[in-house]
Amino acid sequence: MSTPATAVDARGVGKVFESRSGTVTALQDVHLTVAAGEFVSLIGPSGCGKSTLLRLVADLEEPTSGELVVFGKPPRAAREAGDYGITFQQAGLLPWRTVSANVQLPLELHGVGRRARAMRAAELLALVGLAEFADAFPHQLSGGMQQRVAIARALAEQPSLLLMDEPFGALDEMTREHLQTELLRISASSGAAVLFVTHSIPEAVYLSDRVVVMSARPGRISGIVDVDLAAAADRTEGLREDAAFFAAVTAVREVLHGAPAPAVRGVDVR
Amino acid sequence: MTAALARRWLAPALVGVVGLALWQTLVVAADVKPYLLPSPTAIAEQLGQVRPLVWSATLATGANALVGMLAGSVTAILAALLAARSRSVDLLLSPTAAAVSVMPIVALAPALNTMFGTTSNTPRRLVVAVVVFAPVFVTTLRGLRQVQPVHRDLLRAYAATPRQAARTVTVPGAVPHVFSGLRVASATAVVAAVVAEYFGGLQNGLGSRITAAAANSAYARAWAFVLGAILLGLTFYVVTLALERVVTRRHGG
Ligand SMILES: Nc1ncnc2c1ncn2[C@@H]1O[C@H](COP(=O)(O)OP(=O)(O)OP(=O)(O)O)[C@@H](O)[C@H]1O
Ligand SMILES: [Mg+2]
Repeated sequence: MSTPATAVDARGVGKVFESRSGTVTALQDVHLTVAAGEFVSLIGPSGCGKSTLLRLVADLEEPTSGELVVFGKPPRAAREAGDYGITFQQAGLLPWRTVSANVQLPLELHGVGRRARAMRAAELLALVGLAEFADAFPHQLSGGMQQRVAIARALAEQPSLLLMDEPFGALDEMTREHLQTELLRISASSGAAVLFVTHSIPEAVYLSDRVVVMSARPGRISGIVDVDLAAAADRTEGLREDAAFFAAVTAVREVLHGAPAPAVRGVDVR
Repeated sequence: MTAALARRWLAPALVGVVGLALWQTLVVAADVKPYLLPSPTAIAEQLGQVRPLVWSATLATGANALVGMLAGSVTAILAALLAARSRSVDLLLSPTAAAVSVMPIVALAPALNTMFGTTSNTPRRLVVAVVVFAPVFVTTLRGLRQVQPVHRDLLRAYAATPRQAARTVTVPGAVPHVFSGLRVASATAVVAAVVAEYFGGLQNGLGSRITAAAANSAYARAWAFVLGAILLGLTFYVVTLALERVVTRRHGG
């Protein structure tokens, strides 16, 4: 199976919400491409439209202007083809299902047989380090463990694109850093492109090939920072103390806080 | 564990004992007439005499309450499933449920007696079913409507069909709501079964026995049957509660 080299292509995408209290321009003229296998983070102040952009790619909302292409198809076709896996700010597990049954949900919805499903779930739970919790119920798990289950669920169908909306937002710093490294390992081994929403600059830099910085009212892209650190699979905790890491963090911070910056800037401090 | 259990039962038991003692003292000291309020010892004495009768009457009324409750609940749950799927069914059923919930048993029971004859248990069971319908319908429908936005997104992201959405998310998510409706219904089911017997028909249940005893000025005996009704109501409630615990344990706290 050959997948197109471009996972996501947003061409002048805009989104206006109409409500009784007025209209909100959540996104305006967004141009962004995510290459297959690329890890791209979206960062920006609250309300700048990060979740909205992710939801447009996922076909959970429709753009009001511009065009969005996911693996050469309209988002709807990509969604129906099961091209992406998604995680939300809340883990969103079904409380009445075991951990394993939660992971199996996408497979079950798409008619995969019981045995194949159970085997895949076991594999994924081992991947996220929760093998011994397969038969537990979500309320018996910590928040971090629940997020890992949600990630396993998103990976169930080996999607070529992972959409993640602040998956580590509610976690403590230690769990968070641990899961970041795990996510790098997982995304590298799966070869999936990742579109990752976060509020944390270090998190965005540590994980990403590119960091997309957005600004609010109206939501638009104010700059894109290339992060040329080690290849994803080779990134380790030690990198967080690297000079190149700090340089990239500074670069993102400058764009975020409105320092005059070109639309695209590269940071290469190797 | 045992200490907690003891504390949990001790307080209500103590309140009961003190209450009974006060009741007894009051009746004896103030010389309250039996037709106003018989003393606990008089009731206990009567209960001893007519125990087999109280038991059989409790079973008869209990059977009516059980059959009526099952029929009413099943109908209500099916109706709620339909109403959740189709707006027009909802527009039809929700006002019906509201109307049914305010329908007085006093009007319903005699009408049903005429319809089905007085030698049948059916009118009483129907009264119970009608009384049970509204709370179960309303809470089940509310449960079916309350799908978390994140779960709705999840279903759409994975292109679930409406049938799949119902099976995997909507229906299981509504289960706790169904049980809160059933809990309310379980207590009213027994009350309805007892009251439905006040309007003639078979003389085998608690309601008929209470009226008959009262008509013969056997007030302590009437109260012995009332005690049966209370125990029956509590049994329904506790069994529903236990069932709820077992089924919704997985939902976590
Ligand atoms: N369904 C909706 N209806 C109306 N307005 C909406 C809706 N969804 C989002 N908005 C508005 O669009 C804007 C962008 O929202 P969005 O959730 O994308 O922000 P965000 O960048 O994800 O913020 P946060 O970091 O706080 O999650 C906000 O002003 C929000 O109020
Ligand atoms: Mg958001």
